[in-house]
Formats: sequence, C-alpha cells, structure tokens
Amino acid sequence: MSDTHAQTTPFVRETMVPQAPPPAGQTGAVRWLRQNLFSTWLNTILTIAGLVAIFFLLRGLVPWLAHSVWNANSLSECRQIIADRWGPDATGACWAVVRDRWTQWLFGFYPRELYWRPVLALALMFVAAAPVLFPALPRRLLVLSLLYPFVGFWLLWGGSIWTPVGGLVGFVIWYGVWTALASRAPFIGVVLGFLLAVFWWLFLGHDVMRLISDTVPYGIQSVRSDRFGGFVLSLTIGVAAIAMSLPMGIALALGRQSDMFLIKTLCVGFIEFIRGVPLITLLFTASLLLNYFLPPGTSFDIILRVIIMVTLFAAAYIAEVIRGGLAALPRGQYEAGDALGLNYFQAQRLIILPQALKISIPGIVSTFIGLFKDTTLVIFVGLLDPLKGITDAVRASFDWKGIYWEPYIFVGSIFFLFCFGMSRYSMYLERRLKRDHR
Amino acid sequence: MADAVERPKASFRPSMLIYDTRYRSLTIQIVVFALFLAGAAWLVDNTVRNLAVLGKTFDFGFLGQRAGYDIAQRLIPYSQNSTHARALLVGLLNTLLIAVLGCLAATIIGVIVGVLRLSSNWIVARLMAVYVEIFRNVPLLLWILLIYTVFTEASPAPNAFRPDPTTGEADRSMLLGLFAVTNRYTAIPGMSVEHGLGALDLGLFTLNLTFAAIVGVLILSFVARALVLRHAAAVQEATGRRPRTWWKSALILILPVAIVLFALGFHLNVPELRGFNFVEGVNVSNSFMALWLALSLYTGAFIAEIVRAGILAVSRGQSEAAFALGLRPRRTMSLVILPQALRVIIPPLISQFLNLTKNSSLAIAVGYLDLRGTLGGITLNQTGRELECVLLMMLIYLMISLIISGGMNVYNSRVKLKER
Repeated sequence: MSDTHAQTTPFVRETMVPQAPPPAGQTGAVRWLRQNLFSTWLNTILTIAGLVAIFFLLRGLVPWLAHSVWNANSLSECRQIIADRWGPDATGACWAVVRDRWTQWLFGFYPRELYWRPVLALALMFVAAAPVLFPALPRRLLVLSLLYPFVGFWLLWGGSIWTPVGGLVGFVIWYGVWTALASRAPFIGVVLGFLLAVFWWLFLGHDVMRLISDTVPYGIQSVRSDRFGGFVLSLTIGVAAIAMSLPMGIALALGRQSDMFLIKTLCVGFIEFIRGVPLITLLFTASLLLNYFLPPGTSFDIILRVIIMVTLFAAAYIAEVIRGGLAALPRGQYEAGDALGLNYFQAQRLIILPQALKISIPGIVSTFIGLFKDTTLVIFVGLLDPLKGITDAVRASFDWKGIYWEPYIFVGSIFFLFCFGMSRYSMYLERRLKRDHR
Repeated sequence: MADAVERPKASFRPSMLIYDTRYRSLTIQIVVFALFLAGAAWLVDNTVRNLAVLGKTFDFGFLGQRAGYDIAQRLIPYSQNSTHARALLVGLLNTLLIAVLGCLAATIIGVIVGVLRLSSNWIVARLMAVYVEIFRNVPLLLWILLIYTVFTEASPAPNAFRPDPTTGEADRSMLLGLFAVTNRYTAIPGMSVEHGLGALDLGLFTLNLTFAAIVGVLILSFVARALVLRHAAAVQEATGRRPRTWWKSALILILPVAIVLFALGFHLNVPELRGFNFVEGVNVSNSFMALWLALSLYTGAFIAEIVRAGILAVSRGQSEAAFALGLRPRRTMSLVILPQALRVIIPPLISQFLNLTKNSSLAIAVGYLDLRGTLGGITLNQTGRELECVLLMMLIYLMISLIISGGMNVYNSRVKLKER
C-alpha cells in the first residue's frame, strides 16, 4: 500500500531549510590549514620540516638583524656598541660600513664632485629607454634613444664634446647616403653609406674633430677608466652590452637560419665557439690578447674592450634564444610572407621577427639578467666590480678590516632588486604581448 | 611541341649579381667570405707583427718545461718538478672533478626543489620559491665568496674537535662521527683497500688497477642488470605478466661489488684528530667545498625551474587519463608524466650542465687550481705566453663543452618523442 501512497501524494516542501554555515572544520583558517599543510601524512612531515628550517634560519638571522648598528666609524666601534647594548656575547649587523662607504659601492673611485654625471646618465637612460619599452609613446621620441649612447658616453667619461660628436657624424653620413639613395638603389645606399662612415671614423673624423675642438674647445672634466667602479661600472658594461648584443644576436640568429651555406657556417661557428668557452677566457682575451690581434701600437680602453667581449658573449646566447623563437613560428607565417610578395627583409621585419621576438622575450631577458650578473667577473681583469673589487677595497681599509657579511648582503640585495625587477618586467611584457587566447 | 612561352634570352648583366635572386645569394656569400678571410688575415698578420715586435715566438714548447709550483689538490701524481703539461692535466682533472660532482649535486637539488615547488604544501612551496629566486637573481661569484666565508670564518679550527682532557668533552663533535668541517678543510672519510692490485704505468699517467677492477665490476653489473630487464620485458610482451625484477637488480648491482670490495679488504678511514690536524681520512680544501656547494646550489636553482616547467608542460589530461586507466600514482609518474616531461627538461638541462662546467672557471675567486688556475693562471704568468695559454685553454673548454653537449644530445634523441 505504501507504493500507491507514494505515487498519489507528492511530497512538496513548503518551508526552506535555513542556510547553515559549513562545519567549523571546513571554514576559514582551519580549512586552509587542512588543505594546504596537513592534507596527508607526507604533507604534514613536509610542513614540520619547513617550519623547523624557518625556525633555524630566523633564530640566527633575527637577533643579528635586530642588533644592527647604523652609526659607527669602524668595525671595532660597532662591536663595542653591540656589546654595550646587548651584552658581550651578542652578535649584530654592522651596517655602518654601508652608511660610510655606499658611495664607493655605487661609484667606485669616480671623482666625488662629479657624481651627478653618472646619476644623470642613468636618469637619461630611462628617458631613452622609455620609447623602446612603452609603445604608447610617440615614435618621434626614438631619436632620443638613438642619441643616448653618445650623450651617455660623454657624461660618463667626459672630455671634449667633439669626440662623441665625431662618432655621431659617421652615423649621420651613413643615414644621409642611405636616404639619398633609398629610392633608387637601397642596397647600394646602405653599403656605400657604411663604407663612407667607416672612412670617416678611421681617417677623416679624428683630424676634423681635432681642428674643430682647437677652434671651439668645449668639454667637461674627463674621467679615466680606472676611476670607474662599483655599480656605475656594472651598469655601464651591462647596459652597453645589452643594447649592442640584441641587434647582433638577431643578425646572428637570422644568419644561422639562412639558406646560404657560408653565412650559416660562419654564424654557427661563431655561436658555438663563444658558447663553448667560459666568459672569463673571453675577458682574458680582452685584457691580454686584444693587443696581439690589433695593429702594433694600438691600445684602447679596457672598459671598452670588456664591453666588446661581453657583447660578443651575450650576442651568441641571444642568437640561440631567438633561433628558438624563429623555429617556433609556424611554417605558414613564412609562406604567407612569400605569398604576399614581400622580399626577405620586409618579411622578416613585418611578419617573422615581431612574432619570433615576442616568443623569445623570456629567454632574452634571462640572458640579460645573466649578463648583468656576469659583469661582476670583470674583477678578474682588474676592474673594480661592486661585488669583489669594491668590497675588497673597503675591507682593505683599517677601519673595516674583518667585516664579511654586511658588504655581501648589501651588494647582493642590489643585484637581487635589479634582476628580480627585470624578470618581473619580462613577465609583464609577456602578458601584454599575449595574442593567443589559450 | 614547342614551348608555349618563349624563354627570355639568357643575357647576363653585372647588375643581376645584386638584383637577381638567382645570383644574389652567391654574390653575398662570396663577398662575406672574402671579408671574413680578409679579417682573419688582418688578425693573423697583426699577431705575427706584434709577436715580432715583442720578440716572442708562437710555440707550445713551454709545456715541456719544469712548472715549479705546487698544486694542493691533485688527482694524479704531481710535484714542482713536473712539467707545465702535467700541471695542465692536473688542472683539467680538477675542473672535470668539480664539474661532474657539481652536475650531480645540482641535478639532485634541482629535481627535489622543482618537485617541491609544485607541492600542495604551502610552506614548502613558498620556501622553495624563495630559494630559487634568491639564488637565481644574485651573481654566482657572491655565492662562492659567501660560502667560502662561511667555511673559513664561521667554522671552528681543527683544534675545537679535541676533547678537553679534564672533562672529556670537545667543543665540536664530528657530523655522524664521519665528517669534520673546519676552517682549513673538511675532513671526510677516505677509502682504502688492504690487498691492492697495484698500478699499471701507462706513460702519461698510472692506472690504479684496484680502482679499475671496481669500476669494471660495476660496469659488468649494469650490463647484467640490463639483460635481466630486457628478459623481463620480453616475458611481459609474450605473456602479459612482468616478472618481479627488483630483487634481481638489487642483487646483481650490490653483490658482485660487495664481494670484490670484501676480497680487496676495503674499509673506510674515519678522520681522526692527531696532533694539529685530521689524519687518516681525506681533507677536502675549503676552496673546493665552497666552489662545489656554490655551483650546485646556484645551478640547482636553475634546474629546479627547468624541472618545474617540464612537469607543468605535461597536460593535466595525461595524468587524468592514466588514473582513468587504473595506473597507480607512482606508475603514472614513471610511465606517463616523466617520459613526457623529460623531453622538455633535457635540452635546457644540457645547457645548465655546460654553464656549470664553464662557471667552474670562477675557481679563481677562492684559489682552487683548476684548468684556469693552472694553465690560464700560474703557467701563463710564469712563462708569459699569453697567446698560447689562452688559446689552448679556450680550445680545451670548447672540447669539454662540445663533448658534454654531444653526449647529452645523443641521450636527448633517445628519450624524445618518436615522430615522423
């Protein structure tokens, strides 16, 4: 009978059950803890191990940082202060060394009254980089980016203004010849312009500029390369090498993908050679061997030599990164370029490279980060890098003899800020340039 | 039948060398090649002239001269009276030693950290992220110097391990009773055999027969194990049931070596404080320890990211499908996830191994005499042969790099997805 009853009188609920909160074990912090820290026994063990590790890290670090001393004139004074305040057995950080010598870590032995020049060069670098990094800005501002290398060089090294102008004139000649012949014979224009520019740089420019500087002498105090040091040196080498290695890397990558056997062989040989040897050997080449390879009597600036070698080094790595980007492009993109009747350069510029470079951004930026970190290796050819060069210089002074951790932590945090910032920027760029909706 | 379209007359104008795509690539290649040769000739000519001005010659005769300097860590016999060539060999072996040990440790660290960073455990995942970010974004040189400082400054003198005569208690005790970290060296247990097989003199170096015997037995064991596994696979293909092999593998791998070691009278020499220093064991210099730890931790951070990316690259559907088929998590990992992840992981892993090997040249910072320290350091300074030394050093590093990448590429082509 119960069957018929169930079918004749339907059950209709007339009142709603009031909403109840989830059980206490399933909400808030407890649930989070259960899910993230104690879900399984393995997880629990890991949590406990993690907590123990954090405890041991903090046990040493926290008192040490809490006992920091910022005002002192020497390490012994620091230790005295710490002993006075927290007892004879206490240890503490002596940040006074950073407060005392931070200018040296930033500027090396750059003349004190001229600190504004590297600072201004750095500020102008952001101005010059802005049109490249942010496409929303008007394209005309790119002129600033092109002019910046000469301005930056002049600000950093000083000397007569006519030296960088002389370099600039060569590019102006090149550009002028190219635009003049662009409509009739673009290829010849580029080559002829380049040859004329080289002729100007090698033979004519020096004398003409000396003549001008004799009649209209204008210059600022020049700073020799051995006064450079610290982060000014790192940034100079890093930024110059980054700026020059990107175009060179693109050229090498395209060369490696080329159908022309000789070009391909040369590019592969260059890339494999550079990637196969440590940077230190290349720096040694810069400091010891370059004089052998250049005409007798030539000697040029050690920083310039290092920049050249670091550029070659980075370019080989970037070439491989970009080759990956080129290889990742679907074949159809190349065919589309051909189908539209574009020539090689047009297809590369308008279709291939924008996409390939977008794919390669993470790799390129990590190469840049590596390059910036590797600028510390210049200590091995006698330049004062911030990490070992300047730190050793500071520790050599009687006041700060025996200090270890603080300088390394200070320099390490600055490097960390730079590199971490760069990696975050590349992530931002990747997201912004993302075109596929996956 | 005649051609429908009359062919243009084959006339050749010089301008076609530039504007005709048939000839242009040839023109460009010839020009580039000529420029390359001219550049190379210019460099060589400059070098020859510079060497003439300096009164130097270009020969490697200096390699046969007496070196006259000491190398603290050496894997083959070496003394001050040995030649520069032998010093080079010692340095090269030191480089290879640190490279092999570093790659091993870095891989282990990297795999563990990479997997833990994906762990669902919040604390562990964050800790690993902090480790990776800190190590990746700070120059390697800093880690080498910092760890070297830890060893030389923060560790106790060997004397601290001496028990106090009155209380019988020492300031420090040895780790597990086997290791002692001091501010001069790290004492680790040494290995020795009672009935050694002697050594075979091969001219350039001597072959330690005891060592060779152990290695030979190990190789034979691995071959035997491979045969057992192949047999198991054949049985599985034929019957669908895989025989249990783990105990056979374990037996084959362990037993022969154990027998050989026992026959040779193998025993560990635990370091012991006698006089002012630890004796009996092996004293590993602090520079080696600092370099090895720093290289492994630094490269490990990079490898961790590679491993993480590799695991994330395997789509979720793959593991879900494996679970749906009833595979257990461990088998899913070993049969489905790992083979696919490895394809993504191996190529960047190779370049990390290469990086580690090249970065080992930073040994200069802590005074570890590797290839760069011997050939590119003391030998170079003593003989004044910059050109020969640096070129030779570059060539050797290049060879090492090419061999590593060649070997790993062979491995890569074996594990990669077979496709048409």
